[in-house]
Amino acid sequence: MPEVIQPTTVSVPAPDRGNRHWPDRSFRWLALLAALTILALIALVGWELYSGARQAVGRFGFSFLVNSTWNPVSDVYGALPFIYGTLVSSMIALLIAVPLGVATALFLTEMAPLRIRQPVITIIEMLAAVPSVIFGLWGIFVLVPWLRDHLYRWLKEYLGFLPIFGGPIYGLGMLTGGIIVAIMILPIITSVSREILRSVPNLQREAAYALGATHWEVIRIAVLSYARRGIFGAAVLGLGRALGETMAVTMVIGNSPQISASLFAPASTVASVLANEFNEATTEVYLSALFELGLVLLGITILVNVIAQLMLHALTGGATGKT
Amino acid sequence: MKKLQFFLSVAACVLAACSKPAATSASAQLEINGAGATFPYPIYSKWFSEYAKIDPSVQFNYQSIGSGGGQKQILAQTVDFGASDGPMSDENLAKAPGKILHIPTVAGADVLSYNLPGDPKLKFDGPTIAAIFLGKITKWNDPAIVSQNPGVTLPDQDLVVVHRSDGSGTTYIWTDYLSSVSDEWKTKVGKGTSVNWPAGLGGKGNEGVSGQIKQLPGAVGYIELAYAKQNNLPYADVKNSSGNYITPSLDSVTAALAAADIPDDFRFSMVNPPGPDAYPISGCTWLLVYAQIKDHAKGEKLVQFLKWAYGDGEKMASALNYAPLPDSVQSRVLARINEIKY
Repeated sequence: MPEVIQPTTVSVPAPDRGNRHWPDRSFRWLALLAALTILALIALVGWELYSGARQAVGRFGFSFLVNSTWNPVSDVYGALPFIYGTLVSSMIALLIAVPLGVATALFLTEMAPLRIRQPVITIIEMLAAVPSVIFGLWGIFVLVPWLRDHLYRWLKEYLGFLPIFGGPIYGLGMLTGGIIVAIMILPIITSVSREILRSVPNLQREAAYALGATHWEVIRIAVLSYARRGIFGAAVLGLGRALGETMAVTMVIGNSPQISASLFAPASTVASVLANEFNEATTEVYLSALFELGLVLLGITILVNVIAQLMLHALTGGATGKT
Repeated sequence: MKKLQFFLSVAACVLAACSKPAATSASAQLEINGAGATFPYPIYSKWFSEYAKIDPSVQFNYQSIGSGGGQKQILAQTVDFGASDGPMSDENLAKAPGKILHIPTVAGADVLSYNLPGDPKLKFDGPTIAAIFLGKITKWNDPAIVSQNPGVTLPDQDLVVVHRSDGSGTTYIWTDYLSSVSDEWKTKVGKGTSVNWPAGLGGKGNEGVSGQIKQLPGAVGYIELAYAKQNNLPYADVKNSSGNYITPSLDSVTAALAAADIPDDFRFSMVNPPGPDAYPISGCTWLLVYAQIKDHAKGEKLVQFLKWAYGDGEKMASALNYAPLPDSVQSRVLARINEIKY
């Protein structure tokens, strides 16, 4: 640890005191204002969504969440297929992106030769700057044909007895949506994990080596267990993005509001149906139902974050994770 | 001191030169705002830019936010005119603070496009298309398709239905047509800008649907005629109510308009009309204006514009792949435009 330089206060003329501290105080108020603005924004969004959704809430009540029919022609609206699609596609994305992202971060901090670290980091961070719609187009024209003709065919041949890999293969569908989202959340998970691994003090590593640990054991005992809380946080950040991802998912998920056991089947997410149907919603109930979907998405996001916090609490036994 | 004076006078001149014309034109130029359908956006923006040359004193702004938004905004009176690909429902019209007129402008058609080896020219009748979209016909070599296409070898391949996932006027026309040719479709699915599809995959926009058709061997889906023409996609001939297989084109759409039964409020559906040359899957798009416009100056300019659109404007339609209204319809709508009060 480098020696910490303490801020020192030296010989302040007493009379100035009040004046000298006004920047402190005003900065505190400014920071508080900024924090409150974020809270107020969320509350405002929630309230706007609720007031838009009030008609649908009153008309469908709880059945909105458990009904699986979405029929704008007969004004029957149930959000279940969209909730299911959102959760499952995000889970697929996390299952792929977390191991890949953490492994990449480990490689970059623990193993990679110094000279290739920076180029790889730059490439990963560039991935985060690619617009969503580009991922979608690339998905349709490059990824989908490849998945359909190779990976999915292989999965069906060897794992087709599992219901999740049964049914016809279109190329577009839930699994493709999950894979696209995985690619999109990979940069954030990798970058955040890398920063966290970098913050693991070298002393930890050296201590483990001194005890005779192998490279893998050092990573497992000294690095990963120290960093697990932060890595979990990286996964939650990624999940937040996955839940709300719209454009690219819409382009490859097949947009069919159904709940199917097969991951090859087309599906639909809350965000994608909003992007699809908001523009042309002409009846009041229809529009209100779409607002309620927005509210549901906000609810899912908050709920998932709370669950993640609870899981983290259970995982680390309430410790702050710094030991 | 001299320098400063010179500088100031130059600055004043520049400022005056910059600000004066801008200020006068801003105060004299009337802004008329509209919002709505995306399908006619290319022709409307062409009209507005051409009309600006004829009458520079008025500026039209059009936001293509979708038919739903267009109807909502004209009801809320936040725009001077709305635009919609489907006629407004009685329920929505009842909410309006005044009488809303439907002004049909141009028509477009939906075509059935597909992905088969060799891009053969295919023919379909309405019940077959309905059965495909209901998920009842699942193979390309189904007898219903084979019998209508003698001379074409159809493979033993799965049909993959592709439809629009976003709400759109294109879907409204398509489902309106399917409802008119199939009772089962009418009762099970119905018509609307988005429906509960019994089968298939959804693609966003014409580009999403055509992208999926290109990517999926054996796919079949509907897209706008203009889009299919611009992108050289294969599309089928469809049997009309007189029993003829009609190739979709601007002429066969205008023929459908001429044959359609158009009521006096101009809220009409033109699918499956009786004419022998009429292509059966087409629809109109409308401008929505109040019959009594509150702002006198805006009303006057808007009516002048509408009259121009029905004269010179309609002539620009074909170049942009929209079907112009036939003269018989134009004269009826013009009579209605003349009744607008302001």
